[in-house]
Amino acid sequence: MEQAKKGDWVQIYKVLLPPGERAPGLPPETAAAPLAMKVKGHLIEETATAGDVVSVQTITGRIVTGELIAVNPAYRIDYGCPQPELLNVGAEARRLLNEEAEVK
Amino acid sequence: MSVKTDLSYPGVMSRKNEIMKRAVGLDYDQFELGGLAFDYEMMMAQAGYSLDQVARIQAETGVGRTPLLELRNLTRLARLSAPPGKGARIFVKDEACNPGGSFKARRAAVSCYQAAKLGYRGVIAATSGNYGAAVASQAAMRGLNCIIAQELFDSRDLSQPEILEKGRACEAYGAEVVQLSVGPELFYHFLVLLEETGYFNASLYTPFGVAGIETLGFEVAEQVRALTGRDPAAVLITHAGGGNVTGTARGMIKANCRDTAVIGVSVDLSGLHMASDRDFNRKSFTTGHTGFGVPFATWPDRADVPRNAARSLRYLDRYLTVTQGEVFYMTELLAQLEGLERGPAGNTSLAAAFSVARELNRDEILVVQETEYTGAGKHPSPQLTFARSQGVVVRRGDPVDNKPGELIVIPNRPAQISARELDLNALKRSYLKKARAEKKSEPLHPVERKYLAAEINSTENWVEDYFREES
Repeated sequence: MEQAKKGDWVQIYKVLLPPGERAPGLPPETAAAPLAMKVKGHLIEETATAGDVVSVQTITGRIVTGELIAVNPAYRIDYGCPQPELLNVGAEARRLLNEEAEVK
Repeated sequence: MSVKTDLSYPGVMSRKNEIMKRAVGLDYDQFELGGLAFDYEMMMAQAGYSLDQVARIQAETGVGRTPLLELRNLTRLARLSAPPGKGARIFVKDEACNPGGSFKARRAAVSCYQAAKLGYRGVIAATSGNYGAAVASQAAMRGLNCIIAQELFDSRDLSQPEILEKGRACEAYGAEVVQLSVGPELFYHFLVLLEETGYFNASLYTPFGVAGIETLGFEVAEQVRALTGRDPAAVLITHAGGGNVTGTARGMIKANCRDTAVIGVSVDLSGLHMASDRDFNRKSFTTGHTGFGVPFATWPDRADVPRNAARSLRYLDRYLTVTQGEVFYMTELLAQLEGLERGPAGNTSLAAAFSVARELNRDEILVVQETEYTGAGKHPSPQLTFARSQGVVVRRGDPVDNKPGELIVIPNRPAQISARELDLNALKRSYLKKARAEKKSEPLHPVERKYLAAEINSTENWVEDYFREES
Protein backbone atom coordinates (compact mmCIF):
# COMPACT_ATOMS: atom_id res chain seq x y z
CA MET A 1 0.00 0.00 0.00
CA GLU A 2 1.29 3.44 -0.82
CA GLN A 3 1.88 5.93 1.93
CA ALA A 4 -1.13 7.96 3.03
CA LYS A 5 -0.87 11.66 3.69
CA LYS A 6 -3.00 14.10 5.64
CA GLY A 7 -6.46 14.53 4.11
CA ASP A 8 -6.39 11.28 2.11
CA TRP A 9 -9.57 9.21 2.08
CA VAL A 10 -8.62 6.09 4.03
CA GLN A 11 -10.15 3.11 5.78
CA ILE A 12 -9.34 2.03 9.33
CA TYR A 13 -9.97 -1.15 11.31
CA LYS A 14 -10.65 -1.36 15.00
CA VAL A 15 -11.55 -4.12 17.44
CA LEU A 16 -14.54 -2.96 19.47
CA LEU A 17 -14.98 -6.05 21.64
CA PRO A 18 -12.28 -8.74 21.84
CA PRO A 19 -13.32 -12.39 22.25
CA GLY A 20 -14.36 -12.89 25.86
CA GLU A 21 -15.91 -9.43 26.10
CA ARG A 22 -18.64 -9.97 23.52
CA ALA A 23 -22.38 -10.50 24.11
CA PRO A 24 -23.35 -13.65 25.99
CA GLY A 25 -24.91 -16.60 24.17
CA LEU A 26 -23.07 -16.32 20.84
CA PRO A 27 -22.37 -19.41 18.72
CA PRO A 28 -18.78 -20.55 19.47
CA GLU A 29 -17.37 -19.56 16.04
CA THR A 30 -18.70 -16.02 16.50
CA ALA A 31 -17.57 -15.76 20.13
CA ALA A 32 -14.04 -16.78 19.09
CA ALA A 33 -13.70 -13.76 16.76
CA PRO A 34 -13.57 -10.13 17.87
CA LEU A 35 -16.37 -7.66 17.13
CA ALA A 36 -14.53 -5.48 14.65
CA MET A 37 -15.34 -2.27 12.82
CA LYS A 38 -14.20 -0.58 9.63
CA VAL A 39 -14.77 3.11 8.97
CA LYS A 40 -13.64 5.51 6.25
CA GLY A 41 -12.57 9.10 6.69
CA HIS A 42 -9.94 11.73 5.94
CA LEU A 43 -6.55 11.03 7.53
CA ILE A 44 -5.65 13.45 10.30
CA GLU A 45 -1.94 12.53 10.67
CA GLU A 46 0.65 14.06 8.32
CA THR A 47 1.69 10.66 6.96
CA ALA A 48 0.97 7.02 7.73
CA THR A 49 1.42 3.54 6.31
CA ALA A 50 -0.63 0.37 6.60
CA GLY A 51 -0.76 -1.00 10.12
CA ASP A 52 -0.21 2.38 11.79
CA VAL A 53 -2.74 3.45 14.37
CA VAL A 54 -4.21 6.66 12.98
CA SER A 55 -7.16 9.00 13.39
CA VAL A 56 -9.65 9.89 10.70
CA GLN A 57 -12.40 12.45 10.41
CA THR A 58 -15.48 10.74 8.99
CA ILE A 59 -17.95 12.35 6.58
CA THR A 60 -20.17 13.33 9.54
CA GLY A 61 -17.22 14.92 11.35
CA ARG A 62 -16.55 12.23 13.93
CA ILE A 63 -12.95 11.51 14.91
CA VAL A 64 -12.25 7.77 15.02
CA THR A 65 -8.96 5.97 15.65
CA GLY A 66 -7.90 2.59 14.35
CA GLU A 67 -5.39 0.68 12.27
CA LEU A 68 -4.88 2.02 8.74
CA ILE A 69 -5.87 -0.69 6.25
CA ALA A 70 -6.49 1.05 2.92
CA VAL A 71 -6.02 4.32 1.05
CA ASN A 72 -8.91 5.36 -1.19
CA PRO A 73 -10.50 1.89 -0.87
CA ALA A 74 -12.19 0.53 -3.98
CA TYR A 75 -15.80 -0.61 -4.27
CA ARG A 76 -15.32 -4.27 -5.10
CA ILE A 77 -18.78 -5.05 -6.39
CA ASP A 78 -19.58 -6.44 -9.81
CA TYR A 79 -22.17 -8.49 -11.67
CA GLY A 80 -20.27 -11.75 -11.19
CA CYS A 81 -20.49 -14.51 -13.79
CA PRO A 82 -23.56 -15.27 -15.88
CA GLN A 83 -25.26 -18.22 -14.22
CA PRO A 84 -25.77 -21.22 -16.50
CA GLU A 85 -28.79 -22.24 -14.42
CA LEU A 86 -30.49 -18.91 -15.18
CA LEU A 87 -29.40 -18.36 -18.79
CA ASN A 88 -32.25 -20.33 -20.35
CA VAL A 89 -35.02 -19.49 -17.90
CA GLY A 90 -36.47 -16.65 -19.98
CA ALA A 91 -36.39 -18.57 -23.27
CA GLU A 92 -38.00 -21.62 -21.66
CA ALA A 93 -40.86 -19.52 -20.27
CA ARG A 94 -41.42 -17.77 -23.61
CA ARG A 95 -41.55 -21.16 -25.31
CA LEU A 96 -44.27 -22.30 -22.89
CA LEU A 97 -46.27 -19.14 -23.57
CA ASN A 98 -45.85 -19.52 -27.35
CA GLU A 99 -46.94 -23.17 -27.25
CA GLU A 100 -50.06 -22.14 -25.39
CA ALA A 101 -50.76 -19.37 -27.93
CA GLU A 102 -50.46 -21.90 -30.81
CA VAL A 103 -52.86 -24.33 -29.16
CA LYS A 104 -55.40 -21.53 -28.98
CA MET B 1 -18.14 11.93 24.81
CA SER B 2 -16.49 11.75 28.22
CA VAL B 3 -13.35 9.64 28.39
CA LYS B 4 -14.90 7.96 31.42
CA THR B 5 -17.79 6.50 29.42
CA ASP B 6 -17.92 2.76 29.97
CA LEU B 7 -17.89 1.17 26.51
CA SER B 8 -17.91 -2.45 27.69
CA TYR B 9 -20.82 -4.54 26.46
CA PRO B 10 -22.61 -4.72 29.83
CA GLY B 11 -21.84 -1.05 30.49
CA VAL B 12 -23.45 0.17 27.27
CA MET B 13 -26.41 -2.22 27.51
CA SER B 14 -27.15 -0.96 31.03
CA ARG B 15 -27.61 2.55 29.59
CA LYS B 16 -29.91 1.29 26.82
CA ASN B 17 -33.13 2.83 28.12
CA GLU B 18 -31.74 6.33 28.70
CA ILE B 19 -29.92 6.32 25.33
CA MET B 20 -33.11 5.22 23.57
CA LYS B 21 -35.31 7.76 25.26
CA ARG B 22 -33.05 10.61 24.17
CA ALA B 23 -32.64 9.23 20.66
CA VAL B 24 -36.30 8.72 19.75
CA GLY B 25 -37.72 11.81 21.45
CA LEU B 26 -40.59 9.71 22.71
CA ASP B 27 -41.50 8.52 26.18
CA TYR B 28 -42.83 5.01 25.70
CA ASP B 29 -43.82 4.72 29.37
CA GLN B 30 -47.03 6.65 28.66
CA PHE B 31 -48.36 3.71 26.62
CA GLU B 32 -47.69 1.00 29.22
CA LEU B 33 -50.76 -0.68 30.72
CA GLY B 34 -48.93 -2.78 33.30
CA GLY B 35 -47.27 -6.19 33.02
CA LEU B 36 -47.00 -7.40 29.44
CA ALA B 37 -49.58 -4.98 28.06
CA PHE B 38 -49.31 -1.62 26.37
CA ASP B 39 -51.78 0.44 24.37
CA TYR B 40 -50.67 -0.17 20.79
CA GLU B 41 -53.37 1.89 19.09
CA MET B 42 -52.77 4.81 21.43
CA MET B 43 -49.06 4.69 20.55
CA MET B 44 -49.82 4.65 16.83
CA ALA B 45 -52.38 7.46 17.15
CA GLN B 46 -50.40 9.78 19.44
CA ALA B 47 -46.86 9.19 18.31
CA GLY B 48 -47.43 8.45 14.66
CA TYR B 49 -49.08 10.61 12.03
CA SER B 50 -52.42 10.41 10.28
CA LEU B 51 -52.50 8.96 6.80
CA ASP B 52 -52.99 12.42 5.26
CA GLN B 53 -50.08 13.86 7.24
CA VAL B 54 -47.82 10.99 6.17
CA ALA B 55 -48.81 11.43 2.52
CA ARG B 56 -47.97 15.15 2.72
CA ILE B 57 -44.62 14.49 4.41
CA GLN B 58 -43.74 11.87 1.79
CA ALA B 59 -44.80 14.09 -1.11
CA GLU B 60 -42.28 16.72 0.07
CA THR B 61 -39.42 14.36 -0.74
CA GLY B 62 -40.89 12.55 -3.73
CA VAL B 63 -41.83 9.37 -1.90
CA GLY B 64 -44.85 7.20 -2.73
CA ARG B 65 -47.43 7.32 -5.51
CA THR B 66 -45.51 4.57 -7.27
CA PRO B 67 -47.03 2.79 -10.28
CA LEU B 68 -49.10 -0.36 -9.97
CA LEU B 69 -48.29 -2.61 -12.93
CA GLU B 70 -50.20 -5.64 -14.16
CA LEU B 71 -47.86 -8.58 -14.85
CA ARG B 72 -49.76 -10.02 -17.79
CA ASN B 73 -47.14 -12.48 -19.01
CA LEU B 74 -46.40 -13.86 -15.55
CA THR B 75 -50.16 -14.24 -15.01
CA ARG B 76 -50.43 -16.18 -18.29
CA LEU B 77 -47.50 -18.34 -17.24
CA ALA B 78 -49.07 -19.08 -13.84
CA ARG B 79 -52.33 -20.07 -15.55
CA LEU B 80 -50.52 -22.74 -17.60
CA SER B 81 -50.05 -24.77 -14.44
CA ALA B 82 -53.31 -23.77 -12.71
CA PRO B 83 -56.51 -25.83 -12.48
CA PRO B 84 -59.24 -24.85 -14.99
CA GLY B 85 -60.68 -21.41 -14.26
CA LYS B 86 -57.89 -20.59 -11.82
CA GLY B 87 -55.01 -18.14 -12.11
CA ALA B 88 -55.58 -14.72 -10.54
CA ARG B 89 -54.30 -11.52 -12.16
CA ILE B 90 -50.95 -10.54 -10.62
CA PHE B 91 -50.13 -6.86 -10.07
CA VAL B 92 -46.95 -5.38 -8.66
CA LYS B 93 -46.41 -2.08 -6.87
CA ASP B 94 -43.17 -0.79 -8.36
CA GLU B 95 -41.68 0.57 -5.15
CA ALA B 96 -38.20 0.62 -6.70
CA CYS B 97 -39.35 3.97 -8.15
CA ASN B 98 -39.02 5.60 -4.71
CA PRO B 99 -35.95 7.75 -3.96
CA GLY B 100 -33.40 5.32 -2.52
CA GLY B 101 -34.87 2.48 -4.56
CA SER B 102 -37.32 0.69 -2.26
CA PHE B 103 -40.49 0.98 -0.16
CA LYS B 104 -38.20 1.73 2.78
CA ALA B 105 -38.20 5.36 1.61
CA ARG B 106 -41.69 5.56 3.09
CA ARG B 107 -40.40 4.74 6.57
CA ALA B 108 -37.29 6.86 6.19
CA ALA B 109 -39.29 9.88 4.97
CA VAL B 110 -41.29 10.09 8.18
CA SER B 111 -38.32 9.29 10.45
CA CYS B 112 -36.18 12.01 8.87
CA TYR B 113 -39.06 14.49 8.96
CA GLN B 114 -39.51 13.73 12.66
CA ALA B 115 -35.78 14.06 13.35
CA ALA B 116 -35.63 17.45 11.60
CA LYS B 117 -38.80 18.64 13.36
CA LEU B 118 -37.40 17.74 16.78
CA GLY B 119 -34.14 19.53 16.01
CA TYR B 120 -31.76 16.58 15.77
CA ARG B 121 -28.64 17.23 13.65
CA GLY B 122 -28.50 13.74 12.27
CA VAL B 123 -30.00 10.27 12.08
CA ILE B 124 -28.60 6.79 12.68
CA ALA B 125 -29.95 3.45 11.54
CA ALA B 126 -28.60 -0.05 12.08
CA THR B 127 -29.40 -1.99 8.93
CA SER B 128 -27.80 -4.17 6.31
CA GLY B 129 -30.88 -3.79 4.13
CA ASN B 130 -32.43 -1.25 1.78
CA TYR B 131 -33.37 0.91 4.72
CA GLY B 132 -29.82 2.31 4.84
CA ALA B 133 -30.00 3.84 1.37
CA ALA B 134 -33.53 5.04 2.10
CA VAL B 135 -32.49 6.85 5.28
CA ALA B 136 -29.36 8.24 3.63
CA SER B 137 -31.40 9.57 0.71
CA GLN B 138 -34.10 11.13 2.91
CA ALA B 139 -31.49 12.57 5.30
CA ALA B 140 -29.78 14.18 2.31
CA MET B 141 -33.05 15.86 1.31
CA ARG B 142 -33.69 17.10 4.85
CA GLY B 143 -30.12 18.35 5.37
CA LEU B 144 -29.38 15.88 8.17
CA ASN B 145 -26.16 14.03 8.87
CA CYS B 146 -26.56 10.28 8.51
CA ILE B 147 -24.74 7.25 9.89
CA ILE B 148 -25.63 3.73 8.77
CA ALA B 149 -24.25 0.82 10.80
CA GLN B 150 -24.08 -2.43 8.83
CA GLU B 151 -23.30 -5.99 9.88
CA LEU B 152 -21.05 -6.73 6.91
CA PHE B 153 -17.97 -8.92 7.13
CA ASP B 154 -17.09 -12.29 8.67
CA SER B 155 -13.87 -13.24 10.46
CA ARG B 156 -12.27 -14.06 7.05
CA ASP B 157 -13.07 -10.48 5.95
CA LEU B 158 -15.62 -11.71 3.38
CA SER B 159 -18.84 -9.82 2.66
CA GLN B 160 -22.06 -10.43 0.78
CA PRO B 161 -22.02 -8.44 -2.47
CA GLU B 162 -25.59 -7.32 -1.75
CA ILE B 163 -24.63 -5.61 1.52
CA LEU B 164 -21.51 -4.08 -0.03
CA GLU B 165 -23.69 -2.51 -2.72
CA LYS B 166 -26.10 -1.12 -0.13
CA GLY B 167 -23.16 0.43 1.71
CA ARG B 168 -21.92 2.01 -1.51
CA ALA B 169 -25.39 3.45 -2.09
CA CYS B 170 -25.42 4.96 1.42
CA GLU B 171 -22.08 6.64 0.71
CA ALA B 172 -23.40 7.90 -2.61
CA TYR B 173 -26.12 9.75 -0.66
CA GLY B 174 -23.52 11.28 1.65
CA ALA B 175 -23.88 8.97 4.64
CA GLU B 176 -21.13 7.63 6.88
CA VAL B 177 -21.14 3.84 6.80
CA VAL B 178 -19.87 2.01 9.87
CA GLN B 179 -19.09 -1.57 8.89
CA LEU B 180 -19.14 -4.25 11.58
CA SER B 181 -18.21 -7.90 11.74
CA VAL B 182 -20.83 -10.61 12.26
CA GLY B 183 -22.78 -10.58 15.48
CA PRO B 184 -25.82 -9.20 17.26
CA GLU B 185 -23.64 -6.51 18.87
CA LEU B 186 -24.50 -4.34 15.89
CA PHE B 187 -27.11 -3.09 18.34
CA TYR B 188 -24.45 -2.46 21.00
CA HIS B 189 -22.41 -0.27 18.68
CA PHE B 190 -25.56 1.43 17.43
CA LEU B 191 -26.17 2.54 21.05
CA VAL B 192 -22.57 3.75 21.31
CA LEU B 193 -23.04 5.85 18.16
CA LEU B 194 -26.35 7.30 19.39
CA GLU B 195 -24.76 8.24 22.70
CA GLU B 196 -21.68 9.74 21.07
CA THR B 197 -23.49 11.83 18.46
CA GLY B 198 -26.86 12.62 20.05
CA TYR B 199 -28.47 11.81 16.71
CA PHE B 200 -32.01 10.57 16.17
CA ASN B 201 -32.66 6.82 16.18
CA ALA B 202 -34.23 6.29 12.74
CA SER B 203 -35.36 2.85 13.83
CA LEU B 204 -37.45 0.76 11.47
CA TYR B 205 -39.80 0.10 14.34
CA THR B 206 -40.98 3.49 15.62
CA PRO B 207 -44.63 4.53 15.21
CA PHE B 208 -43.45 7.14 12.64
CA GLY B 209 -41.60 4.54 10.60
CA VAL B 210 -44.48 2.10 10.48
CA ALA B 211 -47.04 4.86 9.86
CA GLY B 212 -44.94 5.67 6.79
CA ILE B 213 -45.89 2.32 5.23
CA GLU B 214 -49.62 2.82 5.72
CA THR B 215 -49.69 4.96 2.57
CA LEU B 216 -48.44 1.93 0.63
CA GLY B 217 -51.42 -0.19 1.68
CA PHE B 218 -53.79 2.70 1.05
CA GLU B 219 -52.38 3.31 -2.45
CA VAL B 220 -52.66 -0.41 -3.28
CA ALA B 221 -56.36 -0.36 -2.41
CA GLU B 222 -57.02 2.84 -4.35
CA GLN B 223 -55.06 1.82 -7.44
CA VAL B 224 -56.52 -1.68 -7.67
CA ARG B 225 -60.03 -0.25 -7.39
CA ALA B 226 -59.32 2.35 -10.05
CA LEU B 227 -57.83 -0.20 -12.47
CA THR B 228 -60.19 -3.13 -11.90
CA GLY B 229 -63.24 -1.86 -10.06
CA ARG B 230 -62.77 -4.34 -7.23
CA ASP B 231 -60.73 -5.02 -4.13
CA PRO B 232 -57.71 -7.34 -4.26
CA ALA B 233 -58.31 -10.89 -3.04
CA ALA B 234 -54.90 -10.86 -1.39
CA VAL B 235 -51.84 -8.73 -0.92
CA LEU B 236 -48.48 -10.48 -0.58
CA ILE B 237 -45.92 -8.78 1.60
CA THR B 238 -42.30 -9.72 2.19
CA HIS B 239 -41.85 -10.27 5.92
CA ALA B 240 -38.57 -9.41 7.67
CA GLY B 241 -39.05 -7.40 10.87
CA GLY B 242 -42.80 -7.19 10.29
CA GLY B 243 -43.12 -3.46 9.55
CA ASN B 244 -43.95 -3.99 5.90
CA VAL B 245 -46.81 -6.35 6.83
CA THR B 246 -48.05 -4.15 9.67
CA GLY B 247 -47.99 -0.83 7.82
CA THR B 248 -49.45 -2.20 4.59
CA ALA B 249 -52.26 -3.99 6.42
CA ARG B 250 -53.09 -0.89 8.46
CA GLY B 251 -53.19 1.23 5.31
CA MET B 252 -55.54 -1.22 3.63
CA ILE B 253 -57.83 -1.17 6.66
CA LYS B 254 -57.83 2.64 6.46
CA ALA B 255 -58.93 2.29 2.83
CA ASN B 256 -61.73 0.04 4.12
CA CYS B 257 -60.26 -2.89 2.19
CA ARG B 258 -61.24 -5.41 4.83
CA ASP B 259 -61.77 -8.61 2.87
CA THR B 260 -58.31 -8.70 1.33
CA ALA B 261 -56.15 -11.50 2.73
CA VAL B 262 -52.88 -10.29 4.22
CA ILE B 263 -50.18 -12.81 3.30
CA GLY B 264 -46.65 -12.51 4.68
CA VAL B 265 -43.81 -14.15 2.75
CA SER B 266 -40.23 -14.92 3.81
CA VAL B 267 -37.34 -16.70 2.16
CA ASP B 268 -36.76 -19.98 3.96
CA LEU B 269 -33.37 -19.90 5.69
CA SER B 270 -34.22 -22.54 8.29
CA GLY B 271 -31.16 -24.23 9.75
CA LEU B 272 -28.87 -21.20 9.37
CA HIS B 273 -27.99 -19.40 12.61
CA MET B 274 -28.33 -15.64 12.25
CA ALA B 275 -25.53 -14.86 14.72
CA SER B 276 -23.10 -17.40 13.25
CA ASP B 277 -19.84 -16.21 11.76
CA ARG B 278 -19.82 -19.39 9.67
CA ASP B 279 -23.42 -19.23 8.40
CA PHE B 280 -23.38 -15.49 7.69
CA ASN B 281 -21.98 -15.82 4.17
CA ARG B 282 -23.72 -19.09 3.35
CA LYS B 283 -27.02 -17.33 2.76
CA SER B 284 -27.84 -15.41 -0.39
CA PHE B 285 -30.63 -13.28 1.06
CA THR B 286 -29.66 -10.77 3.72
CA THR B 287 -33.22 -9.74 4.61
CA GLY B 288 -36.84 -10.76 4.04
CA HIS B 289 -36.00 -14.22 5.37
CA THR B 290 -37.28 -16.49 8.14
CA GLY B 291 -34.25 -15.64 10.32
CA PHE B 292 -35.82 -12.24 10.90
CA GLY B 293 -39.46 -12.98 10.08
CA VAL B 294 -40.20 -15.75 12.55
CA PRO B 295 -38.45 -14.26 15.63
CA PHE B 296 -39.95 -10.81 15.02
CA ALA B 297 -43.45 -12.16 14.39
CA THR B 298 -43.37 -14.24 17.55
CA TRP B 299 -41.80 -11.57 19.80
CA PRO B 300 -41.82 -8.09 18.25
CA ASP B 301 -40.28 -6.30 21.23
CA ARG B 302 -36.81 -7.64 20.45
CA ALA B 303 -36.41 -4.49 18.33
CA ASP B 304 -34.22 -1.40 18.83
CA VAL B 305 -37.04 0.59 20.49
CA PRO B 306 -38.84 -0.14 23.79
CA ARG B 307 -42.10 -1.01 22.01
CA ASN B 308 -42.09 -2.18 18.42
CA ALA B 309 -44.74 -0.60 16.17
CA ALA B 310 -44.40 -3.55 13.78
CA ARG B 311 -46.60 -6.36 15.10
CA SER B 312 -47.37 -8.67 12.22
CA LEU B 313 -49.38 -11.38 13.99
CA ARG B 314 -52.10 -8.78 14.54
CA TYR B 315 -52.64 -8.64 10.79
CA LEU B 316 -51.43 -11.81 9.08
CA ASP B 317 -53.99 -14.16 7.54
CA ARG B 318 -51.29 -16.48 6.15
CA TYR B 319 -47.52 -16.72 6.31
CA LEU B 320 -45.73 -18.44 3.42
CA THR B 321 -42.11 -19.32 2.72
CA VAL B 322 -40.31 -19.63 -0.60
CA THR B 323 -36.81 -20.86 -1.39
CA GLN B 324 -33.83 -18.77 -2.49
CA GLY B 325 -33.80 -20.60 -5.83
CA GLU B 326 -37.48 -19.83 -6.48
CA VAL B 327 -36.88 -16.12 -5.86
CA PHE B 328 -33.84 -15.98 -8.17
CA TYR B 329 -35.91 -17.80 -10.83
CA MET B 330 -38.79 -15.31 -10.48
CA THR B 331 -36.34 -12.40 -10.60
CA GLU B 332 -35.14 -13.72 -13.96
CA LEU B 333 -38.72 -14.19 -15.20
CA LEU B 334 -39.72 -10.68 -14.11
CA ALA B 335 -36.85 -9.27 -16.17
CA GLN B 336 -37.35 -11.47 -19.22
CA LEU B 337 -41.15 -11.66 -19.44
CA GLU B 338 -42.17 -8.30 -18.01
CA GLY B 339 -39.12 -6.17 -18.84
CA LEU B 340 -38.60 -5.19 -15.20
CA GLU B 341 -35.08 -5.76 -13.89
CA ARG B 342 -35.41 -5.53 -10.11
CA GLY B 343 -33.47 -6.74 -7.07
CA PRO B 344 -33.98 -10.33 -5.91
CA ALA B 345 -34.91 -9.65 -2.26
CA GLY B 346 -37.83 -7.47 -3.36
CA ASN B 347 -39.19 -10.36 -5.42
CA THR B 348 -39.70 -12.67 -2.45
CA SER B 349 -43.45 -12.08 -2.32
CA LEU B 350 -43.63 -12.24 -6.13
CA ALA B 351 -42.43 -15.84 -6.03
CA ALA B 352 -45.20 -16.67 -3.57
CA ALA B 353 -47.78 -14.75 -5.63
CA PHE B 354 -47.03 -16.95 -8.63
CA SER B 355 -47.96 -19.93 -6.47
CA VAL B 356 -51.01 -18.37 -4.75
CA ALA B 357 -52.41 -17.16 -8.11
CA ARG B 358 -53.10 -20.80 -9.02
CA GLU B 359 -55.43 -21.12 -5.99
CA LEU B 360 -57.64 -18.19 -6.99
CA ASN B 361 -60.15 -17.54 -9.75
CA ARG B 362 -59.04 -15.79 -12.94
CA ASP B 363 -61.03 -12.64 -12.23
CA GLU B 364 -59.47 -12.18 -8.79
CA ILE B 365 -56.60 -9.79 -8.09
CA LEU B 366 -53.32 -10.48 -6.32
CA VAL B 367 -50.99 -7.65 -5.39
CA VAL B 368 -47.27 -7.96 -4.79
CA GLN B 369 -46.70 -4.74 -2.91
CA GLU B 370 -43.02 -4.03 -3.57
CA THR B 371 -40.02 -4.16 -5.84
CA GLU B 372 -36.50 -2.95 -5.02
CA TYR B 373 -33.69 -1.46 -7.10
CA THR B 374 -31.00 -3.68 -8.56
CA GLY B 375 -27.35 -3.10 -9.42
CA ALA B 376 -23.88 -4.58 -9.21
CA GLY B 377 -23.78 -6.92 -6.21
CA LYS B 378 -27.53 -6.81 -5.73
CA HIS B 379 -28.55 -9.10 -8.55
CA PRO B 380 -28.88 -12.88 -9.12
CA SER B 381 -25.55 -13.33 -10.93
CA PRO B 382 -23.20 -11.74 -8.35
CA GLN B 383 -25.19 -13.23 -5.46
CA LEU B 384 -25.00 -16.73 -6.94
CA THR B 385 -21.35 -16.25 -7.97
CA PHE B 386 -20.62 -15.43 -4.33
CA ALA B 387 -22.71 -18.36 -3.04
CA ARG B 388 -20.69 -20.78 -5.19
CA SER B 389 -17.45 -19.28 -3.86
CA GLN B 390 -18.69 -20.19 -0.37
CA GLY B 391 -19.23 -23.81 -1.33
CA VAL B 392 -22.98 -23.58 -1.92
CA VAL B 393 -24.12 -25.79 -4.82
CA VAL B 394 -26.35 -24.16 -7.44
CA ARG B 395 -28.27 -26.41 -9.84
CA ARG B 396 -31.56 -26.81 -11.69
CA GLY B 397 -34.09 -29.18 -10.15
CA ASP B 398 -37.11 -29.39 -7.90
CA PRO B 399 -37.21 -26.61 -5.26
CA VAL B 400 -38.26 -29.11 -2.60
CA ASP B 401 -34.61 -30.24 -2.58
CA ASN B 402 -33.40 -26.76 -1.58
CA LYS B 403 -31.19 -26.74 1.53
CA PRO B 404 -30.29 -23.31 2.97
CA GLY B 405 -26.53 -22.82 3.12
CA GLU B 406 -25.79 -25.91 1.02
CA LEU B 407 -27.97 -26.14 -2.06
CA ILE B 408 -29.82 -23.55 -4.12
CA VAL B 409 -32.19 -25.19 -6.58
CA ILE B 410 -33.33 -23.15 -9.58
CA PRO B 411 -36.68 -24.69 -10.62
CA ASN B 412 -36.82 -26.66 -13.87
CA ARG B 413 -40.33 -25.43 -14.66
CA PRO B 414 -42.64 -22.60 -13.50
CA ALA B 415 -45.11 -25.22 -12.27
CA GLN B 416 -42.62 -26.22 -9.57
CA ILE B 417 -42.86 -22.87 -7.81
CA SER B 418 -44.85 -23.67 -4.73
CA ALA B 419 -44.95 -21.51 -1.61
CA ARG B 420 -45.07 -23.43 1.65
CA GLU B 421 -47.46 -22.58 4.46
CA LEU B 422 -46.10 -21.78 7.91
CA ASP B 423 -48.57 -22.81 10.60
CA LEU B 424 -49.87 -19.48 11.86
CA ASN B 425 -51.39 -21.07 14.96
CA ALA B 426 -47.99 -22.54 15.82
CA LEU B 427 -46.49 -19.05 15.53
CA LYS B 428 -49.23 -17.70 17.80
CA ARG B 429 -48.51 -20.40 20.35
CA SER B 430 -44.82 -19.56 20.10
CA TYR B 431 -45.69 -15.93 20.90
CA LEU B 432 -47.76 -17.01 23.91
CA LYS B 433 -44.96 -19.29 25.07
CA LYS B 434 -42.65 -16.28 25.27
CA ALA B 435 -45.35 -14.25 27.03
CA ARG B 436 -45.73 -17.06 29.53
CA ALA B 437 -41.99 -17.16 30.17
CA GLU B 438 -42.06 -13.39 30.81
CA LYS B 439 -44.87 -13.83 33.33
CA LYS B 440 -43.03 -16.68 35.08
CA SER B 441 -45.75 -18.31 37.18
CA GLU B 442 -47.82 -15.19 37.82
CA PRO B 443 -51.44 -15.26 36.66
CA LEU B 444 -52.51 -13.15 33.67
CA HIS B 445 -54.26 -9.88 34.45
CA PRO B 446 -57.47 -9.38 32.40
CA VAL B 447 -55.82 -6.39 30.69
CA GLU B 448 -52.94 -8.64 29.65
CA ARG B 449 -55.30 -11.32 28.39
CA LYS B 450 -57.10 -8.81 26.21
CA TYR B 451 -53.77 -7.43 24.99
CA LEU B 452 -52.40 -10.88 24.10
CA ALA B 453 -55.58 -11.77 22.21
CA ALA B 454 -55.15 -8.61 20.11
CA GLU B 455 -51.45 -9.31 19.65
CA ILE B 456 -52.10 -12.66 18.00
CA ASN B 457 -55.46 -11.72 16.43
CA SER B 458 -57.26 -14.37 18.39
CA THR B 459 -59.76 -14.60 21.22
CA GLU B 460 -59.25 -14.14 24.94
CA ASN B 461 -60.52 -17.70 25.39
CA TRP B 462 -57.76 -19.02 23.11
CA VAL B 463 -55.18 -17.17 25.20
CA GLU B 464 -56.70 -18.43 28.43
CA ASP B 465 -56.83 -22.01 27.16
CA TYR B 466 -53.15 -21.86 26.18
CA PHE B 467 -52.10 -20.59 29.59
CA ARG B 468 -54.23 -23.20 31.34
CA GLU B 469 -52.94 -26.11 29.22
CA GLU B 470 -49.34 -25.11 29.69
CA SER B 471 -49.51 -24.63 33.44
